Amino acid sequence: MTSEKPTMIEFKDVHKYYGDYHALRGITAKIRAGEFFSLLGPSGCGKTTLLRTIAGFEGISSGVVMIDGKDMEGVPANVRPTNMVFQSYAIFPHLTVAQNVGFGLRKDPRSKAEKAQAVAEALDMVGLNGYGDRAAHALSGGQRQRVALARALILKPKVLLLDEPLSALDKKMREQMQLELIKLQRQVGITFILVTHDQEEALVMSDRIAVMFEGEVAQLDDPETLYRRPNSRKVADFIGTMNFLPAKILSESGEKVEVEAEGFGKITLNAEQVSGANSGAASIGFRPETLTILFEGQTAADRESMATVEEVVYYGDMTYYDIKLDGTTETMRLSMRNVFGRPVLDIGTRTRVAWSSGALVLFR
Amino acid sequence: MRGGWFRVYTIVYLIFLYAPIILLPIFAFNNATTVAFPLVGFTTEWFGQLWTEPALHKALKNSLIIAISSAILATSFGIFAARASTRYRFPFKAPLMGLIMLPLVLPEVIVAVALLAVLLGMGLNLSIFTVILGHVLICTPFAIAILTSAFQSLDQSLEEASYDLGESAVSTFRLVILPLVMPGIISALLITFTISLDEFIIAFFLAGNENTLPVYILGQFRFPQNVPVIMALGTILVCLSIALLATAEYFRRRGIAKTGGKDTGGFL
Repeated sequence: MTSEKPTMIEFKDVHKYYGDYHALRGITAKIRAGEFFSLLGPSGCGKTTLLRTIAGFEGISSGVVMIDGKDMEGVPANVRPTNMVFQSYAIFPHLTVAQNVGFGLRKDPRSKAEKAQAVAEALDMVGLNGYGDRAAHALSGGQRQRVALARALILKPKVLLLDEPLSALDKKMREQMQLELIKLQRQVGITFILVTHDQEEALVMSDRIAVMFEGEVAQLDDPETLYRRPNSRKVADFIGTMNFLPAKILSESGEKVEVEAEGFGKITLNAEQVSGANSGAASIGFRPETLTILFEGQTAADRESMATVEEVVYYGDMTYYDIKLDGTTETMRLSMRNVFGRPVLDIGTRTRVAWSSGALVLFR
Repeated sequence: MRGGWFRVYTIVYLIFLYAPIILLPIFAFNNATTVAFPLVGFTTEWFGQLWTEPALHKALKNSLIIAISSAILATSFGIFAARASTRYRFPFKAPLMGLIMLPLVLPEVIVAVALLAVLLGMGLNLSIFTVILGHVLICTPFAIAILTSAFQSLDQSLEEASYDLGESAVSTFRLVILPLVMPGIISALLITFTISLDEFIIAFFLAGNENTLPVYILGQFRFPQNVPVIMALGTILVCLSIALLATAEYFRRRGIAKTGGKDTGGFL
């Protein structure tokens, strides 16, 4: 949907060693101009290292990092067209808010008044109008975050790098800042690259996400594809919850694959539902919300099975059920939106559940 | 009752520590040539006499030259060592830092005798310069201890942020690092200055004919009539030391508060 956008950053077979430790293992990826891109993965997967190779804080052992068509080999951090929002925000504690925001303008040839105007505009953009004269060390976490954003964006970089910028904020503040960052990114149109270990945050904010494990990009896709068609069990496990049932491939013919799965019986899947690159036995995967409990008088649109409720977790707007489909040995997670007037099932209840083969993914 | 005994112990301990020092100003203002109770009367004569001793002035001048030079040199070395130990990794870092910090616990007599032997062996004349050499040796570990605490409380991402915003390594040091560790530098200067000013053993061994203040003071005790003058001098030195140390500690703490770090070192 955004494929016509030009490439802003390109990694070509990037490797990084720390002594014997192989931190980046052949990263090849393109980040498009103007997109909100996330590097998502567990701690130690190399996502921060990769971000720092863009900023120029980290050299690479081999490969190429290009920004806007230029090879960044030997280009130091202070002349790269990138700016960074640090995890600790790195606000200069001995300066005021305005001095922090204007720090990068020291060599700017504009007049003092014009620079002050630019600082005021940048503060306005992040909602800190009138905070210019405050001492930086007296700010709250959310305010520091905003100062760091203003300080980076005032230089109009080609790429803004965000290193886990929301991890130090409490839940409410974090959710608010997520939406503000999305808005800000649309407003300025700069390429944002976010490093995060929070899959929900990545799904909410990104145009595209690169999921990284152990120094490699496991999958690079838009959030919806990543969620619905993870290309490996590992990615599926990391992004949201996915249930797995053992399966056996019966036949393959062109676009169709016939599978026999525990609890589901014989199913026919399209080729696009098949995810390769997995070792071990084949399995069928599905998200909790793709199973639906059928109440009295309801009928399944596609297929249905019988199940027993083993555990109930009530969240107010949602209820999570752990169920066991007949003919299976493993417990599955199922989520239902709570609707007024419909009961929450008790543990031990026998119930019908509806499912559709279109929502299943085959891992082989 | 346990609390009671601890209280008594604490009070006795503090009296033992500070009573002799409190006696200094008492006898400095006492109108008698002997240091003994009962007190005779109030006088500022002894302070007045301080102004008429050329030997004292010479010693004071020597001490100030030595203390200022030692403080500046020791603090400069301290900056390099503290920066290296907090920011860089290099082989044999731990043993090297240990060796640099060792003079902190080495008996000064041994340092002084060893230095004397080496200096004489090299054929150097004893002078103010040789005392500065010795004082830099013993002051540098103190400077490193203070400055390490200042550099450690400096978040590395502040430097990176400065590079990221277009500054070079040199301008980053000037615009970010120096202002943030400046309180630590001032504190190190003041403390090393105080240590050098008070130091006796090395000055006694290495000064040659150039008396420093502490050496001069000890010499004066040979003349009983001069003791009250020394009391007056001592009073001034005590006040000066307290003022310097308090200022140093103020700057060290302010520096840590400024960078938002945790207080992990220092001497007060």
